[in-house]
Amino acid sequence: MKRVYVNEKWCLGCHLCEYYCAFANSGKSDMVKALKDHKIAPRIKIEERDNISFAVSCRHCEEPLCVKGCISGALTIQDGAVHIDSDKCVGCCTCILCCPYGALSHSEQGAIQKCELCQKNEFGQPMCVQGCPNKAIVYEER
Amino acid sequence: MLQKEGQVRIPSGCAISGIFRKDGSRIDGSRIITSIAAMHDRSNGLGGGFAGYGIYPEYKDFYAFHVFYDNQSARDTCEEFLERHFDIVNLSKIPVRRHPHITDEPMIWRYFVSPLHTKLEASQLDEREFVARCVIRVNDQFDGAYIFSSGKNMGVFKASGFPEDVGEYYRLEEYSAYSWTAHGRYPTNTPGWWGGAHPFALLDTTVVHNGEISSYDANRRFIEMFGYRCNLLTDTEVITYIIDYLNRKIGLTLEEISHVIAAPFWSTIEARPERERQTLTYLRNAFASLCVTGPFSILVGYEGGLMALNDRLKLRSMVVGEKDKTVYIASEECAIRVIAPELDRLWAPRGGEAVIVGLEEGGK
Amino acid sequence: MAIDFLYPQYEVVRNMDRCITCRACERQCANEVHHYDVDFGYMVSDESKCVNCHRCVSLCPTRALKIVKTDHTFKENANWTGKAISEVYRQAGSGGVLLSSMGNPEPLPIYWDKILINASQVTNPPIDPLREPMETRTFLGKKPGKIERGKDGNLVNNLSPQLQLNVPIMFSAMSYGSISYNAHASLARAAVELGTYYNTGEGGLHQDFYQYGDHTIVQVASGRFGVFKEYLEAGAAIEIKMGQGAKPGIGGHLPGLKVGPDISKTRMIPEGTDAISPAPHHDIYSIEDLRQLVFSLKEATEYKKPVIVKIAAVHNVAAIASGIARSGADIIAIDGFRGGTGAAPTRIRDNVGIPIELALAAVDQRLRDEGIRDQVSVVIGGSVRNSADLLKAIALGADAVYIATSALLALGCHLCRTCQSGRCNWGIATQRPDLVKRLNPDIGSRRLVNLVTAWDHELKEMMGGMGINSIEALRGNRLMLRGIGLTQKELDILGIKHAGE
Repeated sequence: MKRVYVNEKWCLGCHLCEYYCAFANSGKSDMVKALKDHKIAPRIKIEERDNISFAVSCRHCEEPLCVKGCISGALTIQDGAVHIDSDKCVGCCTCILCCPYGALSHSEQGAIQKCELCQKNEFGQPMCVQGCPNKAIVYEER
Repeated sequence: MLQKEGQVRIPSGCAISGIFRKDGSRIDGSRIITSIAAMHDRSNGLGGGFAGYGIYPEYKDFYAFHVFYDNQSARDTCEEFLERHFDIVNLSKIPVRRHPHITDEPMIWRYFVSPLHTKLEASQLDEREFVARCVIRVNDQFDGAYIFSSGKNMGVFKASGFPEDVGEYYRLEEYSAYSWTAHGRYPTNTPGWWGGAHPFALLDTTVVHNGEISSYDANRRFIEMFGYRCNLLTDTEVITYIIDYLNRKIGLTLEEISHVIAAPFWSTIEARPERERQTLTYLRNAFASLCVTGPFSILVGYEGGLMALNDRLKLRSMVVGEKDKTVYIASEECAIRVIAPELDRLWAPRGGEAVIVGLEEGGK
Repeated sequence: MAIDFLYPQYEVVRNMDRCITCRACERQCANEVHHYDVDFGYMVSDESKCVNCHRCVSLCPTRALKIVKTDHTFKENANWTGKAISEVYRQAGSGGVLLSSMGNPEPLPIYWDKILINASQVTNPPIDPLREPMETRTFLGKKPGKIERGKDGNLVNNLSPQLQLNVPIMFSAMSYGSISYNAHASLARAAVELGTYYNTGEGGLHQDFYQYGDHTIVQVASGRFGVFKEYLEAGAAIEIKMGQGAKPGIGGHLPGLKVGPDISKTRMIPEGTDAISPAPHHDIYSIEDLRQLVFSLKEATEYKKPVIVKIAAVHNVAAIASGIARSGADIIAIDGFRGGTGAAPTRIRDNVGIPIELALAAVDQRLRDEGIRDQVSVVIGGSVRNSADLLKAIALGADAVYIATSALLALGCHLCRTCQSGRCNWGIATQRPDLVKRLNPDIGSRRLVNLVTAWDHELKEMMGGMGINSIEALRGNRLMLRGIGLTQKELDILGIKHAGE
């Protein structure tokens, strides 16, 4: 299955992936409209210290602890990718505690949000990958 | 002002034809005239010519110079030069017959010569190089004089006009040759100049050519490094010099020459067996600037043989026919059938594939 | 010191309606033009630091940025232009030599643009490269001018070492030091994929790149940095750099600041020391000395590699080239006055040397007049900007071209001409690790391959249009060119006719 992989060697720490992610999941068709005067809560996040930086997002584990821990059945695996059904999510945050990568977070709408590889939004392809200027984030089969 | 040939480069289309008798038996010029006349529409009356090999058996050890003069003073200057460098054993006007379609004739003279021993020695050149340099010098430096044929036991006959008229004008039925080539010309501007007609010759190498080569200036600027002067600005002239250079000066065989001027594509070369691949790669690389591109079909006449060659893409028609000991080559099949209706074999050589015929053992 | 004040050349225009304050511009600008003002709550910029490299413009996700030339002006003066005045102020303030980067930007004639190309009509068919073979493979090196046959009568290969180029384009010399590790990696990998060559420049060859040796030209320059036996043996050819188009007659200077551990090792000089290339080779004060170096290098590499001699296009270039052709060199590289550089004195860059078009035409004709054109291949560089320039160069007589500025543009360079600062935002002309990593060689080599492949396609289209299906038939084929708007003198030097003739 194709997954989003990051290569720390080429990450510039420009944080553009975060903005493309936030835009992709905003439901808006224009980036300015989506993000202007808006504090973003992206599903991919740059971790950085000194000269090292890299992006972190859901790895879509083969045996995801978040899915195991989900008390309401909101997190499921569909075709290898971990998806969230926000209607079922009760906001207990168990998944956030379970995930060793810190890939899940609160969404503004109350439920949990996570990277769903842009499969549920209008783009269909991970926008963080499209927006990375240096191929530090790739979407590929390994 | 309209510039004449030699002042401007004139592209042209054409017809070619050739007859070669492998047993060395000689035929008069009437059949080659019939053949080239069949392709009348491939010429436009601005140039025609013939080359015959074996036509001067009585003078076979002398270089036969055929010369155009624009005026008497050009003749005087040229003859003075020839006398200083050659022993002239015979000189005469070339016999012609009045022809209503052949006009603007220059003076046409013929000399049978051999280089003066002392001059040749002093030049430290071999005899053929000495003769070639003298010919090039006259053509390059003497205004109004033009040596258009300079081989032994062979001759070129050419004029502005349709080739069949040119043949009649020069009374070719009175010459017998084992090898004939002919050319009808279709230049695309200016009244063709007599010297611009084909065949083009240096020593015993003659070339008739149909096509317009796109590599002209690349070839010209390269070959001029070796003492040749391309004054006529015609493709044929440059091809003649290339062949002369590669054959006489470098020592390549005609087949090797065909691999230089109609070089096989790299993709073709790569598909060949190792040994051949190396040779072809070597020839293409070592003589890269003599690769000729653009459409051409040529007949190269020389003492004892004839080579036919098409460009690498075969952008000009050319067919070869064989009947007994005679080989026919022409731009169109009709030009062969008109003189040899029954053939043993008829084929169209592939682009870049040289057809080389020579006299058989004991021929001549 | 108000008297030194110069108004910034550029203004950063930020469309506040579009700015989403993502701060990518701030993070990407090594010149620190942009920053987020917490009190205002929006982005502000200091345009005095802006070099107009477009890194921020290119990465801004909402196209909120553009850079414009300032309309601030001195009083109109055709003689004392704003540039002339500012330069006086700068020198009066610093007492120093003005430095610039990349090629001569002055509005001097560009002869490429005054030459037009022929095409076939009626008498001779154009050839369609999509249907018929169209060959651009080129061999560089001395041609034998005679044949030898073995006992069996077969031809013996008597060619001296040759370089085989699948396209008549090579990447010209840019040293490791003047450009980054990743820029070199991109060039090397692209050269391998394209079947051509890149050039180390005078900075030696990084250990990591020995693997690309078959597609590498190793340079020997006046500083002899990084030159040792394995280096010479690693390359496919050796280039002796006598001069550079951007700065004929002077050497080079890589500031110690840029000589980090890797460069120190590659150049074989102590870390942090200035790398100074002298103006001349101190073992070459004349042509006979050059011949000795050519043969020393050939001896050292057992006559297995062609030797290139690179010179800048100067006034008597034809005579110099003739001397080089007789020095034993296999290839002459000529660099025109628009050739790029990592740093050169502005006055020299903008005033010394001649256009490559004229130099090439003169050299090619001179070598032919002397009957020695085939003894040497001619490679030219110094602003070949596109495939038309390339075609015109070959038709004027070049065997192949060197490109460098075009290659850097493909890697992201925006020709801001500030290489000397070492703060290249595109990761090319810098040694700062955080900036170098901005050039990912996976992307860089792909873009170089794309560029050269595209030019090769265009070259083939134009050749086909002329009825030429093999590059050797284009070489020196000046009848395929016509001048437009040139004087008779210029036409004579170029060896071409005027359009309409």
